[in-house]
Amino acid sequence: MSNETLRIGFLPLVDAALPILARELGFAEEQGLTLELVRDVTWATVRDRLLYGHSDAAHMVAPLAIATALGRDRPAVPIAVPFVLGLNGNAITFSTALGTACGLGDSLGDPMQVGAALRGVATARRADGHRLRFGVVHRYSSHNYMLRYWLAGVGIRPDHDVEIVVTSPTFAADALAAGEVDGLCVGEPWNSIAVDRGVGRIALATAQIWRRGVEKVLAMRAEVAAERADATARLIRALHAAAAHFVLPESAEESAAILARPAYLDAPAEAIRRAITDRVRLVAGGTPVHYPDFMFQYREAANFPWRSQAAWLYAQMTRWDGRAFDAAEAEVATATFRPDLYRVALAGTGAPLPGASSKLEGALGEPIGAGSTQGRLVLGTDRFFDGRAFDPDDIPGYLAGLP
Amino acid sequence: MRIAIIDTSTTRAAIIADGLREAGLDDQVVIDPAGPLVAQIEACAPEVVLINLENPSRDLLEDFFAMSRALDRPIAMFVDQSDAEATLAAVDAGVSAYVVDGLAKQRIKPVLDVAIRRFQAFSRLQVELAEARTALADRHTIDRAKAILMRRRGIDEPAAYALLRGHAMRSNRRIAEVAEAIVTSDALMGDLP
Repeated sequence: MSNETLRIGFLPLVDAALPILARELGFAEEQGLTLELVRDVTWATVRDRLLYGHSDAAHMVAPLAIATALGRDRPAVPIAVPFVLGLNGNAITFSTALGTACGLGDSLGDPMQVGAALRGVATARRADGHRLRFGVVHRYSSHNYMLRYWLAGVGIRPDHDVEIVVTSPTFAADALAAGEVDGLCVGEPWNSIAVDRGVGRIALATAQIWRRGVEKVLAMRAEVAAERADATARLIRALHAAAAHFVLPESAEESAAILARPAYLDAPAEAIRRAITDRVRLVAGGTPVHYPDFMFQYREAANFPWRSQAAWLYAQMTRWDGRAFDAAEAEVATATFRPDLYRVALAGTGAPLPGASSKLEGALGEPIGAGSTQGRLVLGTDRFFDGRAFDPDDIPGYLAGLP
Repeated sequence: MRIAIIDTSTTRAAIIADGLREAGLDDQVVIDPAGPLVAQIEACAPEVVLINLENPSRDLLEDFFAMSRALDRPIAMFVDQSDAEATLAAVDAGVSAYVVDGLAKQRIKPVLDVAIRRFQAFSRLQVELAEARTALADRHTIDRAKAILMRRRGIDEPAAYALLRGHAMRSNRRIAEVAEAIVTSDALMGDLP
């Protein structure tokens, strides 16, 4: 097996962990790969480096991979997503003032109740001409769609009742401190840093909005994934091994220390360790509360790129971009997720391989055994907070039923 | 044709502005990185925006352009794709360009060419500056090492230098590295016999 080098772009976030650990702990080396990691601070730059060949693959917010394949805001470039780097791991953080106004307690609240309180504040603020403003990390981010899904679900109209603007994750705490935004939906450790600085308090984990929400993916140009099929398969195996290691409780300390380094997140190891171990400190100085599956990196074939996840993101994209459903676009978006590449790479490794490539999202109220062609697969509850389910074969029907 | 320059380095922004002026592109606005980005862009209504690739405001800027398109406001800009080769060269040089819809390709090309050349020149200058700083630091360390050798071995300066150089050659190291080791050793054990 010849040694091959792959360059991977990333943003300094806890869920960039798998490529970082694959490089640092020898999982890439075992596959005959040398990983070079390219750190950036905007998704636009991560995307440009991927499109212009500065990187071979990238840690990317899932909707941006789809938007790039659809040619939103720029000419379309075919993208392949052969691996999901993680589910959830984000939170909604309010400024301390908004937290007080909404009566946030010392545990994570119920999304419906927090939403009702927020609706009261948002209505009052809109009436006096100073609408609440929320920051998300990118227009095409899961953060944007999770936040909007929740707001709309509790009767707050995004862009009407509240404003939603783009804020860089690394400057999230600063934006809260300066009063530029009243709340944020951002990945860790940036919520925890805002809390530790005393400028914000965590209101909800995005896992409370969608229990198994797709978050970051490994994105490649489809052309590169095809030309370098063998290296791509080896990368998938390396990332899968890194994921298995990452979720071991005894590895958390070491993983946090590696991620904290200046070349990676350049952030406090303690805040990173809390996120890895599903613990969230809601208020400055408070005891972190444990929220199971806050981040979800490995179990239940979490890294499998379900085409139905891409379809859900496409549905949200049409919803919030104010575009009509387009069957051809839906097909392009859905085909960006490549379960075929995942299966080829992990065949014969013992990793559970789902038999299907698409499923009903949000339909499981309790763990259930799922069909697999390899290994034993159990899927846990994947509910949305409003109990609505998503059928990828009927996107128009789903969109029509949304508030 | 109005060009807005957004750069985290005010020095580089000035170098680019200067280059554009030399090329006869006088209508330009340098955005203050400390001020509100969107308000400044809205106020100057540019037809071309040049921004350094690593600028932390790029996601915000692209969101603003996308919003402008939805609202049908005049500042609807796209990533420049008019000349694939030039765009690639720009990204390689570390600059990204956005242009208003419908701007003719031949009008963008000279702007991009200037930006690419100036970005490259700036990188070269930074490399040269870093090298000059290293050279200066090396010189200083070597002088200190020579003084230590002269004092402790009772030899003159040419002999001290020859000793350093000879050891560096034999151990396949840079003279500055050998000098650094002597300075460190002297700092820790200088008063020992």
